[in-house]
Amino acid sequence: MLSFALRRIGVGLVLTLVMTFITFWLLSFSFESIVSSRLGQAATPESIAAVKVQLGFDRPLMVQYGEWLWNVLHGDFGVSLFTQEPVSGAVFARLGVTLSVVLPALIISTLSAVVLGVFAASRAGAADKITQGIMLVGHFVPGLLVAIALVVVFAVNLGWLPATGFTPFSEDPGLWLASVVIPVTVLSIGGAANIASQVRGSMIDELRKDYVRTLRTRGIPTNSIILRHALRNSAGPALTVFSLEFLAMFGSALIIEQVFALPGFGTFSFNSALIGDIPVIMGLAVFGTLMTITVNLLADLGIGWLNPKARVY
Amino acid sequence: MSNDTATEQSALPAAKGRTPLWKKLLKDPQSSIAGGVIFIIVLLGVLAPWITGHGPNTVRLESINSPFNSPGYPLGTDQYGRDIWSRLLHSINTSSITAVISTTIAIGIGSVFGLVGGYFDRLRGITEWVFALIMTFPGMLVLILLLPITGGDFRITMAIFGVMLSPGIYRIVRNQVVGVKSELYIDAARVSGVSTIRILVRHVFSAVRGPVIIAAAFMAGSAISIQAGLAFLGVGSKETPSFGAMINDGFRNLYIDPLQYIWPSLLLGIINAALVLFGNALRDAMQGAQPKPAKIGQKVDAKAGAAGQNKISTVGKPSGNEGVPFLEVTDLVIAYPRPDGSLNDVVHGVNLRIEAAETLGLVGESGSGKTQTAFAILGVLPPEAVVRSGSIRVGGRELIGMTETDLRRIRGKQIAYIPQEPMSNLDPVYTVGAQLVEGIRAATGVSARAAKERALSLLARVGIPEPIRTFGAYPHQISGGMAQRVLIAGAVASNPKLLIADEPTTALDVTVQAEILDLLRDLQEELGMAVLLVTHNFGVVADICSRISVMHGGQIVETGDVFDVFREPQHEYTQKLLNAILDETSHRKDPPVETLELAGGAKR
Repeated sequence: MLSFALRRIGVGLVLTLVMTFITFWLLSFSFESIVSSRLGQAATPESIAAVKVQLGFDRPLMVQYGEWLWNVLHGDFGVSLFTQEPVSGAVFARLGVTLSVVLPALIISTLSAVVLGVFAASRAGAADKITQGIMLVGHFVPGLLVAIALVVVFAVNLGWLPATGFTPFSEDPGLWLASVVIPVTVLSIGGAANIASQVRGSMIDELRKDYVRTLRTRGIPTNSIILRHALRNSAGPALTVFSLEFLAMFGSALIIEQVFALPGFGTFSFNSALIGDIPVIMGLAVFGTLMTITVNLLADLGIGWLNPKARVY
Repeated sequence: MSNDTATEQSALPAAKGRTPLWKKLLKDPQSSIAGGVIFIIVLLGVLAPWITGHGPNTVRLESINSPFNSPGYPLGTDQYGRDIWSRLLHSINTSSITAVISTTIAIGIGSVFGLVGGYFDRLRGITEWVFALIMTFPGMLVLILLLPITGGDFRITMAIFGVMLSPGIYRIVRNQVVGVKSELYIDAARVSGVSTIRILVRHVFSAVRGPVIIAAAFMAGSAISIQAGLAFLGVGSKETPSFGAMINDGFRNLYIDPLQYIWPSLLLGIINAALVLFGNALRDAMQGAQPKPAKIGQKVDAKAGAAGQNKISTVGKPSGNEGVPFLEVTDLVIAYPRPDGSLNDVVHGVNLRIEAAETLGLVGESGSGKTQTAFAILGVLPPEAVVRSGSIRVGGRELIGMTETDLRRIRGKQIAYIPQEPMSNLDPVYTVGAQLVEGIRAATGVSARAAKERALSLLARVGIPEPIRTFGAYPHQISGGMAQRVLIAGAVASNPKLLIADEPTTALDVTVQAEILDLLRDLQEELGMAVLLVTHNFGVVADICSRISVMHGGQIVETGDVFDVFREPQHEYTQKLLNAILDETSHRKDPPVETLELAGGAKR
């Protein structure tokens, strides 16, 4: 298992290298426009050329990438081209905001998904119809619409919650809660629907298997059969969906943060990408890749832990 | 195929015949309504140039914010004086193209590589690597980053998004393939000489297409939402009419005219809903009724059950337990629903008696209803099965109509069960020991330590050479014969009075079969339990049974002492069965028991 994890981490580091190079290469097409937008109205061909030299953009691509990589390996992610803010500090500052939305959303959606999925799968009839209805609504109403609807109702009309903005937890936990409750709700609805339908589907499959019948003939309580046996057997596929959902939430956070004006990872990425802040984008690429690799590794280890037969290591 | 239980069960739904997929979809209200809605919406989009009076981007500053139902503008105009009706219909086309591009690319890439990576272990390393790479692209960020290269064209953007969605399909397909591959039937197909490509295409594809299709419906929805989201953020050409851009315009104009926000939101919501509902209906149609959940417990026809109870109160309530057989099954009728909802009887009024400590052989061909009868006694019939009438009494207690909770107290202690296929009857995620301990504790309520000791001594008793090692092993780490011994250990763990063994040797090697039968006979004598042995093998019956019941077409056609029935079969069907065996081997002079066993083995 350790060698599996180490191998995966090794592969992950190579992936990060490839990813960052591709990002850098793609960015190199827009160096010209980035420089001119940095200079603004005053840009002349001469001044653009001068700034390109000053920033080192005139050198061969591999040299520039090599220099960036060398610095990163020494813990230096550079500074923002526009704000002079150190990249690593800036990324982690924004990450806190996003995680304080994504993590609660993930916990809420997973818990409610397991409850909904198990409930629907183990009770036929009306209970299943109702939970399926809830899941469907969660699926087909785009998060963007839910977000705006909730803002209109709870922030604009009722005035119970702030429409936009973010208060750090350390400043005022009450205000923090108020500022994240709508974004968390929006993310949770979609996430719960996705995970719940997976849990329901695989629970139904498991409950029809031979071993469930044999367990019943041994006098084992129904609850134990559902929760200890069937749920654990169906947790593998659910974990795959869970890891996809976690990463998808970082994507959805981009839109959600824009709607709610949360100064998070998504907003930061969007703004940096629009203005072409190369060191920041590169830092974000490294972080995004590492996060994806970590989540996938944990999901695979989790699936193996849950189901000895599916151990890939 | 020796899998009697499986064929017996699968024969039931197969009887309904195959209806073409499109017919099923048309018949089902969910799929026809959702599909119809999608069709109408797409059609409206296609017809947009002919059924709208204005171009989607035609700005008319003299008529900004016209209300609903203005002349020439059925839904009014936005803050630039653009026709909302026209923009809405043209946005449909943007969404249709988005969905088609993204899902086609995602499914194409994901399923091809999922099949390859899942099936060929050696290639999996590479495909995993590539898809981990694709997955690592921070989706939205890349789409935004590529703006200078895509030029904001949503078609290129959504093609890239399709590539980014493909790991989702890849993972579903790969996981299914790895799972299906380890199922026994693929081995069977390979052994019988079916080529690898055919295995991939036929067996694996049919197993994965359902999940892929449902994922595709959701992906179409999420691609449409992502495109709307990007347009909402202002990424992409302003010339492309899109729900996202309209929602953004409407959001900014919310206080002046909320309808401008509601129209695109509503249509976007309807499209997503229809896609998801259609995907679900399509999945149900393709995979049959299989994904329907069911409450654990046996279904009893309320009316017939009451009638059965009445019959019992008049016929069978003799005073005292003297003379009452340990198990008495009377007029048992089991039915399965047909597709049209009516019930189809598969067991027609079975009568069975087993005295204490007696071994009864229940013999019959596949589909004769013997396994259904056994399941009914245990109260573990499949959820769709209905007990229409009859009575099952164990030690004088009526089991039909008993709640699952009450049945649980009888199972394990009173009646126990040995299945046919050992591997699929052990939970793959717990060790052999953990499963034995759980069963012992559920039936007897002893401490975990005592249960462990009991489990270890049972494992030794059933002939497992290294009980401690097997105790800690997972089911996939032990052989079929060992697994069957483990299941026997689990069944006899709490000294049941009746053991129901459903073809306990069918799935095993011939040498192991004899050992398992010996073990069953020894345990039967040692524990003094009654045994109901379900089998199609006369050799097995002759070997260990004292009485025999022959089952045919859902009915018991003959019951009697084993020697009597073998010597002078009364029923035509029994004669036919016995002749079929004896004809093959009549030239041999071996004692009947061995001959029969060989013949029985050969019959499979």
